[in-house]
Amino acid sequence: MKIERKKNLYNLAVWTWSWVATMAIAAFGPKYIWDDHAVLTALAVSVNFVHGILMIIANRRLFNNFDELQRKIHLESLALTLGLAVVVGLSYSLLDATNIIAYDAEISNLVIFIGLTYLVLVTLNTRRYT
Amino acid sequence: MKNRLKVLRAEYNYTQEDLADIIGVSRQTINAIEKEKFDPSLPTAFRISKLFKLPIETIFHFEEL
Repeated sequence: MKIERKKNLYNLAVWTWSWVATMAIAAFGPKYIWDDHAVLTALAVSVNFVHGILMIIANRRLFNNFDELQRKIHLESLALTLGLAVVVGLSYSLLDATNIIAYDAEISNLVIFIGLTYLVLVTLNTRRYT
Repeated sequence: MKNRLKVLRAEYNYTQEDLADIIGVSRQTINAIEKEKFDPSLPTAFRISKLFKLPIETIFHFEEL
């Protein structure tokens, strides 16, 4: 069980890094590498999308290998993260739409918020059961 | 839910890690069950009961809040 968990964790790390790397290529490649070639850009975005799907599958495998307490910790953290992402995301969007904030509401800010929220909640929930 | 897991584990000279490996859960889960912060699932309770050759109700005691 431990070996399988380590293998699943390793696979998730590999696919996450490859997703981030292909995201960087798809984001900066058109400007700095292939001079806005439409076919290459579409290819880079497709490769990134496929890597994203593989990352999700790896995450699902890891999740299914968790024991009951780990699953509870992650489910509680995911539920709160999802709720906060919707509420904070829509409030953030409203602030932009009503011009209360001077800059555009970027999706990347929401992604960072989701990531940090999940990290903090998993840490807090893990401590709760220790 | 109260339980006698820590006492039984000591009687059998198992560490939390040993018990976790036998039952097929993490050490953290065994620790949380012993501290009564987490109630095990039915399959885990049955595995513990089988390992210590005791009925579930003599290991785990349900207390109405």
